[in-house]
Amino acid sequence: MDTRLTNAPYDVEKIRQDFPILTRLVHEKPGRPGKPLVYLDNAASAQKPRAVIDAMANFMAHDYSNVHRGVHYLSQVATTLYEATRVKTATFLNAPSPDTIVFTRSATEAFNLVASSWGGTHLKAGDEIILSVMEHHANIVPWQLLRGRTGIVIKVAPVLDDGTLDLDALADLLKSPKVKLVSITHGSNVLGTVTPAAEIARMAHAAGAKVLFDGSQAAVHMPVDVQAIDADFYIMTGHKLYGPTGFGVLYGKADILESMPPYQGGGDMIQTVTFEETTFREVPHRFEAGTPPIVEGIGFGAAIDYVTALGMGAIHAHEQRLLAYATEKLRAIDGLRLIGTSPTKAAILSFTIEGVHPHDIGTLVDRAGVAVRVGRHCAEPLMDRFGVGATARASFALYNTEAEADALVDAVRAVREFFN
Amino acid sequence: MFDDLRDLYQEVILDHGKHPRNFGKPEAFNRMARGENPLCGDKINIYLMIGPDGRVIEAHFDGRGCAISQASASLMTETLKGKTEAEAEALFGHFHDMCTKDDHEHTDHGPLDPEAVERLDVLAGVREFPMRVKCATLAWHTMHAALSGDEKTTTE
Repeated sequence: MDTRLTNAPYDVEKIRQDFPILTRLVHEKPGRPGKPLVYLDNAASAQKPRAVIDAMANFMAHDYSNVHRGVHYLSQVATTLYEATRVKTATFLNAPSPDTIVFTRSATEAFNLVASSWGGTHLKAGDEIILSVMEHHANIVPWQLLRGRTGIVIKVAPVLDDGTLDLDALADLLKSPKVKLVSITHGSNVLGTVTPAAEIARMAHAAGAKVLFDGSQAAVHMPVDVQAIDADFYIMTGHKLYGPTGFGVLYGKADILESMPPYQGGGDMIQTVTFEETTFREVPHRFEAGTPPIVEGIGFGAAIDYVTALGMGAIHAHEQRLLAYATEKLRAIDGLRLIGTSPTKAAILSFTIEGVHPHDIGTLVDRAGVAVRVGRHCAEPLMDRFGVGATARASFALYNTEAEADALVDAVRAVREFFN
Repeated sequence: MFDDLRDLYQEVILDHGKHPRNFGKPEAFNRMARGENPLCGDKINIYLMIGPDGRVIEAHFDGRGCAISQASASLMTETLKGKTEAEAEALFGHFHDMCTKDDHEHTDHGPLDPEAVERLDVLAGVREFPMRVKCATLAWHTMHAALSGDEKTTTE
């Protein structure tokens, strides 16, 4: 049992001991000592604390069964544990009820669910939806598929040069009476930009549009209150919140979820099935066809417990200190261009180095033990917006340290020298 | 810090990466293809001028990419000149094997120009970097597409 108090001082060295992988070395070979892992690819996926690993293993060893089905003992144990995660998730997002929480197999599936079920029902040819130029492909492609089926129109809100969402341009786009949805990131996976969600929701609602936030990044870096920001939909993913892969979350306002038909058909989402007619279960189960990711759900619940015990506010404060520290150090490097310098951002630092391709940066710093992401980050339109083919991206998590930021900076400096 | 990366980033590669040869779209060409590595966003165009005798007279490229992909394209255009299509394809087969397989696993792709083989050997280091193999082979896949008449190709 984790007995840390949420107002205890943030002891990052102690926290690191909760993550077994952080003690391993990389690039070990006979005759060559390995390098300590400096894991700065957290925006792609975060590492797992012992609490999550143990919860999943213990569940499989002691409590495993299918859920929502059997009358036998273990089925009820497993169902109770799995549904407890729904309550934890609702609390984590301050959703009004666990019934507003739909579990999916990924954030990507949650986008496809909304596009297909809500979009397929409530949008018609000529209706407009607004995305932003900094969206992940997961918040672009499902809408394009829907466009192919229904003839909706996709408008794109731009960002300013520092990566801040251009609210004036968004306001202009919202002047069209045809806008039915604003689907926008709450935190950019490339720029780090945190968008003013409450303000965006207010603007969208004033224009008669619904609003969906992609919280895949934001929800792991700061406290999120879906009621305070008045989100109609909010999507997040488990594996970036120190939980397992294969688990996503869709929050939706109760009346909106009620208005949506099932996304996939199958077991678990039905009331009665005959070959003539099938009736569906209530929300949220209507959207959860088939055996769900049960073990992953248990792991996700443990992840929520873990970050809640540390305190999302404390995590945010720690990461903001790292962001300020790393930003200042990287800025001092000649020829380094930071892409995304919004005043409100999460601890994600995308950059390019003059004369060195990001792929070469990635391979080199990796040899120093520093894991960063290089490439287009599933955000190709954003790369075009900033005129780069790719970037290197260092993204920080609750367990990273200033010493690791130093390791990144030293490695990047060495890259500059290597190619000079 | 990066001493053990010298096998991958040899001086020749750094030189070709920084100062690529045969770079830019030529005024005349009769085969071309566009290659893309969706993983990293690298894009490359290969332009070939094939003579009446079926030999490569000129080979050029443009596009953007990492040091490995630029150097590989640069070296490729140099080694292709004077080759028949069959010889160019044989070199592609050899190069692909060199980047992906141990020496004893190479298959016979036809007669090879030993001088070209030696020049291309500087890129053999990518074999130890599976994530970077496509950087080295993109230009060759694209050249192959140009010879085959496919104007677009990817490394996927």
